[in-house]
Amino acid sequence: MTRSATTTWRRAEVVLAPVLLGLLALALWETAVVVLELRPFVVPSPTSIGAELTGNAGIIATAALSTALNAWWGLVIGVVVALVAAAVSAAVRTIDEMSAPLAAAAAVVPIVALAPVLYTMFGASTQTARVAVAAIVSFVPVYVNTLRGLRTVAPVHRDLLRAYAATRRQATLTVTLPGALPFFFSGLRVATSLAVISALVAEYFGGPVDGLGKAITSAVSSSNYPLAWAYVVGAVVVGLLFFCGSSGLERAVLHRRSQR
Amino acid sequence: MNSSAPTRATATSAGTAGTPAGTAPDPHAAAAVEVRGVTRRFSSRSGEVVALSDVDLTVRAGEFVSLIGPSGCGKSTLLRLIADLDEPTAGELSVFGRPPRVARQNHDFGIAFQQAGLLPWRSVRTNVELPLQLHGTGRGARRARATELLEMVGLADFAEHLPHQLSGGMQQRVAIARALAERPSLLLMDEPFGALDEMTREHVQTELLRLRAETGAAVVFVTHSIPEAVYLSDRVVVMSARPGQVREVVPVGLGEARDRSDDVREDDAFFDRVRAVREALHGADGTTPRGVDRR
Repeated sequence: MTRSATTTWRRAEVVLAPVLLGLLALALWETAVVVLELRPFVVPSPTSIGAELTGNAGIIATAALSTALNAWWGLVIGVVVALVAAAVSAAVRTIDEMSAPLAAAAAVVPIVALAPVLYTMFGASTQTARVAVAAIVSFVPVYVNTLRGLRTVAPVHRDLLRAYAATRRQATLTVTLPGALPFFFSGLRVATSLAVISALVAEYFGGPVDGLGKAITSAVSSSNYPLAWAYVVGAVVVGLLFFCGSSGLERAVLHRRSQR
Repeated sequence: MNSSAPTRATATSAGTAGTPAGTAPDPHAAAAVEVRGVTRRFSSRSGEVVALSDVDLTVRAGEFVSLIGPSGCGKSTLLRLIADLDEPTAGELSVFGRPPRVARQNHDFGIAFQQAGLLPWRSVRTNVELPLQLHGTGRGARRARATELLEMVGLADFAEHLPHQLSGGMQQRVAIARALAERPSLLLMDEPFGALDEMTREHVQTELLRLRAETGAAVVFVTHSIPEAVYLSDRVVVMSARPGQVREVVPVGLGEARDRSDDVREDDAFFDRVRAVREALHGADGTTPRGVDRR
């Protein structure tokens, strides 16, 4: 076997191994449901979930899009506000000291629990409350991480920039911001998953009838368990897309700058 | 033996007595570094620490001077004062006849630290370009100068590598190339080879001598290695701790930097100077009275 063939095989292995494991798990699941005669409310079989998934692809996609849009706008607003706030806190120490307890409080309060309050605040017929929940939830990790990144400048770099009489602006552009970038991205990675989860869970507490969370609860209440599971699959897909998006962005940015 | 005995200088007369016999100091040319009666005190919770007490020192243009002494003798503090990274409590410093602040803003010196301090997200080449970039040199000129410098330190093949792909010694050579980027007439180095293994260390020392001969820059070099100080320097300034003071200035005079090679390390004159510096350092223990001829 040639070397290139070996590496191709290795690469194929990396993809094949988890796929095979997944298929094996599905087969075991299917067998268990059939052999043990499990009732659908306990756990439906993968084939019945698959049938619901293909049969209702259109409405599942619509529900997924609605949840994804709430998560997306919440994420965008949360990240933008977090970046502005982190920049201000890094520049003005008193603001940092004033906001530190607030950030800590926001980190421990389960924001999703505020959803019912927000629905009454913004009106139950709009998506505003859901976007707000996703925004607050994604704000926290981005703010905390970015601020830490902006504060972390190695003493040797600080001395170096001072010795070369760098202006404040130059110091920010050449050392502070590039140094904070990896911190920002680890915050963003946490924020993207949280945004999807919180936008979906917020739907459980009220608001308009679209979205994956609503669809799951209504499918369960009408005893259509395979359909409920099909919506869960839709939620997994949305979560994966968001995750791939943020880690793809991270890799592209951090990789590209190291190529300069 | 007696003829090679180092001239001894006390702390207060170090500046003038340090001038080697035979070369009359030119009163018109500003010295690279002038330190006059400099004291630096740090106040901490446990009280006041005198890092430097009434230090005088002159480094002439083109001269290589090492600062050596036990830890806590203020040698790094003195270098930081020259670089205007810190300010003296009392006394005056000048760099090429100007206050350190002005010298710093004029980019009169290059600097290197014990840590290479390269920016990890920048390539080796753009790291070397940093001082030029900060001072507004155009992209083309920057690139040309970086290529030239990397050839000088033997790292031309690594221009597009990232710092973490280089060994410690290579990173330190990049840091030296960066310090030389603007052709400074003064180089400030704070234990730049302190973290390197002995073999790499000897190699970069020889390289530094060659670079220094090519550039003609004055160097203030902080180290805790006696052979390193002797091998590199025209004069070795021996400092004592608590409070940090200049104890003695030992002239070395092992010949022109460009003529000095690794062979010097096995020379009798080299060992003689190493012994002189060592004795000067041990005199700081207080076991031998000052001014007593111990030969």
